[in-house]
Amino acid sequence: MATWTWFHRLASPPHVYAFARRWTPWFGAFAALAICVALYGGLVLAPPDYQQKDAFRMVYVHAPTAWLSLMIYTTMAVAAAVGLIWRMKVAHAAAAACAPVGAWMTAAALGTGMLYGKPMWGTYWVWDPRLTAELVLLFLYFGYMGLRAGIEDPVKADKASAVLAVVGVINVPIIKFSVEGGNSLQQTATVMQLGKPKMDFAMLWPLLLMLLGFLLYFITVLLIRLRAELLRRERNASWIREVVT
Amino acid sequence: MKTTPLVAARLVAVRDLRLAFRKPSQVIQPLMFFMIVATLFPLTLTPEMSRLRDAAPGVLWIGALLSSLLALEFLFRDDAVDGTLEQFALSGQSLTWMLFAKTCTHWMLTGIPLALSAPIAAAALGVSMEAMPGVVASLALGSFAMSLIGAIGAGLTLGARRGGVLLSLLTLPLAVPILIFGARATQLAISGGDIAPPMYLLGAIAVLGVTLAPLAAAAAVRIGLE
Repeated sequence: MATWTWFHRLASPPHVYAFARRWTPWFGAFAALAICVALYGGLVLAPPDYQQKDAFRMVYVHAPTAWLSLMIYTTMAVAAAVGLIWRMKVAHAAAAACAPVGAWMTAAALGTGMLYGKPMWGTYWVWDPRLTAELVLLFLYFGYMGLRAGIEDPVKADKASAVLAVVGVINVPIIKFSVEGGNSLQQTATVMQLGKPKMDFAMLWPLLLMLLGFLLYFITVLLIRLRAELLRRERNASWIREVVT
Repeated sequence: MKTTPLVAARLVAVRDLRLAFRKPSQVIQPLMFFMIVATLFPLTLTPEMSRLRDAAPGVLWIGALLSSLLALEFLFRDDAVDGTLEQFALSGQSLTWMLFAKTCTHWMLTGIPLALSAPIAAAALGVSMEAMPGVVASLALGSFAMSLIGAIGAGLTLGARRGGVLLSLLTLPLAVPILIFGARATQLAISGGDIAPPMYLLGAIAVLGVTLAPLAAAAAVRIGLE
């Protein structure tokens, strides 16, 4: 039983609110630190690429946003599933808090991908499979947020959008597979290769640190949004008065 | 006598077919829409047959997708408004099976007529007669998968205001794989290639849809009815 105590605590809005308030500054500080160090490492210390010259440095922003855009969708679907299965209000609030962050990350991945594409392909937009898959992911986020906004009853909106998130997360790999059926112009994965990565270590460590920094940034924003979401949903509960005043 | 899920599903299917035959406009209107959309492309792109033939897979599939979205609005809405869906949910029978029956009937009434009438639109776009079996087969299978995925969206938007636009917003991104493989099969049929590989993938999506979509649609309808 004791192992499940933390899980039961997660279901309690006041506990989660207090937890989020306590930890937001810490996650924020480490996110800022990691991103600053990684930026210095990536923009100054890392040598220019042999083929792509300085343009490759866009990868330090492009890769983390693209990675997070998928990870946040998965997080959102897991939170939504937990909310559906265990009827946890906090999980639905967390899923709702994930969606706008994920949509922004997807938009940022598309934007940086286009900036990356200009020196690589000579044009901002090509119908590259990965960019296209990212665009469809953005539409999935829009659909999720649209459904949430379209249903007035908050409990119904939570449940309906949770079903959509679970359906969407089953579809994401299928969409990626179908879009990437053709040949890609973009280079294949060079970071996550088991054994020996093809990327030089001087280029690799800022990227990994940047991934960590973006992850911490996401957690920070998620905690802030979750607090706002809980305040809005529990505005009539008695614990709010104790916390706010 | 105990009613099994299959019996309940058959009764629902017979009821929906009978309703559709008594009120055929819901079946005919999406078909007319498909034909009109297919006519608009030669007017806007080019009247040249050789260039239209290249665009034909895209024209046929986007027309089919939009027309099936239009038809999806009728899938649950009338039954939700007059309380039939509520009775289904309260009947003690498996809602999943009943909605699966409704979805299959919907496909028979919209998807199959659309696939069968597609050769007319395809011929007008300069597609040769040899390609027609491939065009019909790919559209029939694709519209089945589309009906299954669309049933989830139709269930989810039951509780929403302005459900129509929202339904498209939810369903279109999920339909991207169907569109890609379906248009690929049609393209191969037109160019005389082997349509089997994209058809297998389309079939795989349909099988996944058969196994999972009715469950999700039933969950969505239950939420909408609460």
